[in-house]
Amino acid sequence: MSDLLTQAFLVAFLVGAIAAGVPLALAAIGETIGEQSGVLNLGIEGTMLLGGYVAFVSTLSTGSFAWGMLAGTLTGAITSVVFLLLTVWLGLNQVVIGLAVTLAGSGLTSVLYTLNYGESSPRLGTDAPLAIPLLSDIPVVGPALFSQPVYFYIALGLAVIVAWALAHTQWGLRLRAAGQKPSALDAAGGSVLRIRSSTVLLSGAFSGLGGSYLALISTGAFTPFMTQGLGYIAIVVTMLARGRIVWVVVASLAYGFFVALGTALQLTTFNIPTDVIKMLPFITVMLALVLFARRSYNPPALGEPYVRGVR
Amino acid sequence: MNASPPGWLATFTRALVPLVCSLVAGAVILALMGKNPFVFYGDIVFYGIAQNGWQKSLSLMAPLTLMALGLIVVFRGKLWNLGYDGQFLLGAALVAGVGPVISEAVPFWLALPLLCLLGAAVGAAWALVPAVLKARFGTNEIITTLMMSFIGIGIANLLVRGVFQDPGVIVPQTRVLPIESMLPYIPGTRIHVGLIVALAAAAVLYLALTKSSFGLRLDVYGENPRAAAHAGIHTGGVIVVVFLLSGALFGLAAGIDITGQWGYMRANWNPSYGAAILPFVFLARLNPLGALPLVAFYSVLATGGTVAAQESDLSVDFLMVIIALILVFMTLIELWGSRRQAGASYLPPALMKALRVGSRQEDAR
Amino acid sequence: MTWKPTACAGDSLGFMPENQPVLRLVGITKAFPGIVANDEVSLDVMSGSIHCLLGENGAGKSTLISILSGMQRPDRGTIELRGRAETISSPSAAIGMGIGVVYQHSTLVPALTILENLMLGNSGKLLQDRTGALRRFEELSSLLGIDLDPRMRASALGVGQQQQVEIAKALWKDSRILILDEPTSLLPPSLVDALLASILNLASRGISVILVTHKLDEALSVADAVTVLRRGRVALSLSADKLLEKGVVSAEERILGAMFGERESVEPETSAEPKASEPKASEPKASEPKSSEATRAGRQETTRRVEQTARIVLEVRDVETAPPGSGRMAHGDAPLAGISLTIRSGELLGISGIEGNGQKTLAEVIAGQRAISSGSILHNGSEISDSGVAMRQADGVRYVTDDRLGEGIAGDQSVAINLVLKKIGRPPMWRRGITRKAEIERGARVLVREHDIRTPSIDARAATLSGGNIQKLLLARELDGMPSVVVFNKPTYGLDHNTVLRVRREMSEFVAAGGAAILISSDLGELAQMSQRIHVMDAGRIVGTVDGAETAPDEIVARIGAIIAGVHAAGGHAAGFRATGDQS
Repeated sequence: MSDLLTQAFLVAFLVGAIAAGVPLALAAIGETIGEQSGVLNLGIEGTMLLGGYVAFVSTLSTGSFAWGMLAGTLTGAITSVVFLLLTVWLGLNQVVIGLAVTLAGSGLTSVLYTLNYGESSPRLGTDAPLAIPLLSDIPVVGPALFSQPVYFYIALGLAVIVAWALAHTQWGLRLRAAGQKPSALDAAGGSVLRIRSSTVLLSGAFSGLGGSYLALISTGAFTPFMTQGLGYIAIVVTMLARGRIVWVVVASLAYGFFVALGTALQLTTFNIPTDVIKMLPFITVMLALVLFARRSYNPPALGEPYVRGVR
Repeated sequence: MNASPPGWLATFTRALVPLVCSLVAGAVILALMGKNPFVFYGDIVFYGIAQNGWQKSLSLMAPLTLMALGLIVVFRGKLWNLGYDGQFLLGAALVAGVGPVISEAVPFWLALPLLCLLGAAVGAAWALVPAVLKARFGTNEIITTLMMSFIGIGIANLLVRGVFQDPGVIVPQTRVLPIESMLPYIPGTRIHVGLIVALAAAAVLYLALTKSSFGLRLDVYGENPRAAAHAGIHTGGVIVVVFLLSGALFGLAAGIDITGQWGYMRANWNPSYGAAILPFVFLARLNPLGALPLVAFYSVLATGGTVAAQESDLSVDFLMVIIALILVFMTLIELWGSRRQAGASYLPPALMKALRVGSRQEDAR
Repeated sequence: MTWKPTACAGDSLGFMPENQPVLRLVGITKAFPGIVANDEVSLDVMSGSIHCLLGENGAGKSTLISILSGMQRPDRGTIELRGRAETISSPSAAIGMGIGVVYQHSTLVPALTILENLMLGNSGKLLQDRTGALRRFEELSSLLGIDLDPRMRASALGVGQQQQVEIAKALWKDSRILILDEPTSLLPPSLVDALLASILNLASRGISVILVTHKLDEALSVADAVTVLRRGRVALSLSADKLLEKGVVSAEERILGAMFGERESVEPETSAEPKASEPKASEPKASEPKSSEATRAGRQETTRRVEQTARIVLEVRDVETAPPGSGRMAHGDAPLAGISLTIRSGELLGISGIEGNGQKTLAEVIAGQRAISSGSILHNGSEISDSGVAMRQADGVRYVTDDRLGEGIAGDQSVAINLVLKKIGRPPMWRRGITRKAEIERGARVLVREHDIRTPSIDARAATLSGGNIQKLLLARELDGMPSVVVFNKPTYGLDHNTVLRVRREMSEFVAAGGAAILISSDLGELAQMSQRIHVMDAGRIVGTVDGAETAPDEIVARIGAIIAGVHAAGGHAAGFRATGDQS
């Protein structure tokens, strides 16, 4: 087993962990923004797939990863417009509409992929990594963390920006009020609908970006149902992180670590079935819920449409 | 829910309009993808009903009906059991895994009921953890049932790839239940008796929900959990019973589907009956008998759709899109309907209620 | 006094001649389906004056406030601010026009700090301006006499402190018009005085105040002008000077006359309850007890000395409950910290105290809705603390909840079902779990008739009934089958005058027939009139007892007030309004 712990192996391990963790982190950041403002979006799974599919098609036809990422992100935002109109504006049931978005996203991408690429199953190349001078020369950590595609750094930057915005902007403050007690925000002259609209759009964009990252960077291809419940894991991560972006990132990378560990262990005599690896995040959450069941993980107004005057 | 229904015609319209709307929207999507929607829908009707299609559709109706009943029970209590996949597949894996063993060990007439009960017991057991968490601590059951579902799916696949795997074949799947040990056909047809079990279950559940103290307790809990607690209804008990019943119905669906239709289970098999039938349960306004025609409709759609999709070179997953459309149109129609009931004003129903009753303050939590 | 008027406060609003109304409402009309909540309401508010808005429940006060605050728009009529016609389209528009509102229900976000709650009102900024907010908080603190750490979470505030922060929030954007919707309903007497002083202080600095209240003495002690609404219309509008010309008593009589009108003389037994009279009863209490002769009669009937030899029906011994915050049934009420009490047959025991000091917890403990952590509860001598709600209900321990819509009824179920809600599964309405509809309906018809529940039919959805009829339904359910002890939690709160009388009469009759009753009420007058003994609760304990049979009603009220004030003066938990420097 010791011969496995070569530099090359460790680098591959870390790269694998990041490839699995970043799409999750992006989706979970989006979900965090939404949930903190009181919107429970069960549609991220479908949004990620739609984003990933459009990103894949765009990159395939333009040859540009940048266009793919942009197109995927936009697709996520557009998908969330549907969710936004139906739940935030019309006050329809968030769970039902969320499930519908996930069903539609999964079904539509599967149908379109089979229709257009079912036989060729094309793959994308890899995006050229951006090596950061000096830092990328550090053994193991360097090539793993500082020689990543540019989108990795963008994702990290976005996480920092969101964390900062939640803590320091007026928008961040009003967002929390919308999730905690929308009537208070309304009485203070803020608009619950406007805040929630912004959060749902952003949340959709982040899910789309996460799906794009998964397809373009982590996998290099699109396959139907490729998220395999990642959207739901994002909801889980959101709950565990309780609105703290730092914890969202930490939990997502921990998930990536376990996925990479599972892949690595398959090379050894310890053959852990992939089924077990897939179950791990869900088992973690169930354990957390059983152990800390008394603690509230959600904002009080989560999932409740806001109607002025009805409390 | 059952107090003064809005009239049969309105109920019927409300169920029908979303279906028509989503089929039309589906047709537009088909046309956009360069497929002829008339051919596609024509194929669905043809393959779903004509020749042997109706027998296949009715066989599919057996597990779908039981899934629908499992959903109706929890939704009546305004509880969300979204763990249908895990509860179903875990039940299916165990029934398929021990099926051949049991059918060799005990006589035929005992083996099948035992297997179906096993499925029900497994499904119920898998629903227990979310139920207890909800009952004791109020933990959000949407999240817990989803989590347990993914874990259940994982364990089911582990079992099929592990202890239950048929060593005789390369594909990871369980041993096949011999055809003579499976559920018998209804005489004169190729439809297994599971359908009769499912229809009987629907009738029993209908009576239990509308004519018994259990049904009333569940309705009161669903409408206002605090009123239920105030009235001395053991709310924790209601939650646990309802989840167990729901899980058992999902598990029974699995037992019947395996022993009646398939005879074995393959790894990663997931027919997603629960998600597919979910919108129809709402369209039926959570009425077990009202759900039957809608389940029949979907059975035809699914049976015919599978073949029709192949004929049109489409993925079967197109049905998921139709289901999603039904969900969206259903909620939209619901909204439109309640607005109309509320009168000409744009006031949402909850506000109307608050006004009519008189006191907002008493509504304060 | 360190407060300096902020630079923009006076300047931006320009010169204001003395006798010009700051706010003028002309012909405001607002109708909801079936109800005209405001009917041609006109009103002038003078600069720097205190204008009191009075009226019974459903008179239209709350609707008028929600129109002024931008929550609702009038169907007709104009609003003029400083001589200019304005449309108040949203709460933020109202704030922009310098109208600040202190709502009846808290609008603070518990999870946020005081400063964050106040900063919510900063619009049009990208970043949170903590420095600026702290400065503004200091200004308002000295103006209002607030002594609080702005980093404290709103959830940790006492009632009085909450009220202070709410006022600071309303004044945050230099509001020149301050609207207070029933600000004193949750405050103990000592804090009420401080609040009124604070309001006078604000008015002396040129802020115009609209004070919505139902308490005549409060209104008359601070008002420059008084407007009374009845059934959506202005029934009286006068300056305080005019009103008080002939003394306080005559002023009160005029106001009461305007509030109740001809209904004053109607006998409760024969009067039809007009449904339109309670469109949305957001204001507590229908009337002052002194307004009716009928209630005096009720007092004579109930307030007899209970024989000390009478049988003890219920005994609560050293009961404590776990702190709230666990479980779904949690509410904001204080846990019990060692309560003991006894009630005898034929006795009505009053429970008083500031809301949130464990009264509701006590009621739920007796009803069996809430578990106790130590102590015991004896009913007719036998321990019942282990039996659940259903068993106690069957044994004759009943609870008329204050949260009538929230937990009292299942609104979508029929009136008939709601009448048997606490007996589901019991014979003869159920046999072996099977529903017997005829039995349920038979019982329902009797109860609907006996308790005069006005409903189109016993199959009507319970939620369609008016507030008063829902309360009658609850009384019918809980008093059915001669219970031995009944807890009445705020049984007359938010009801119209006639239903109040009816509820009090039913309580009296129950006690006269040998029942034991516990009456929890925030209406001291009601307690004084109905009870033989009154326990005063604070922080989950009984801190004092007043003998209701021996003492005159006015004195009872004073003594309860003194007990509560005493507890708080001695460093009670709900520190409140500090008197400001220059109250007049």
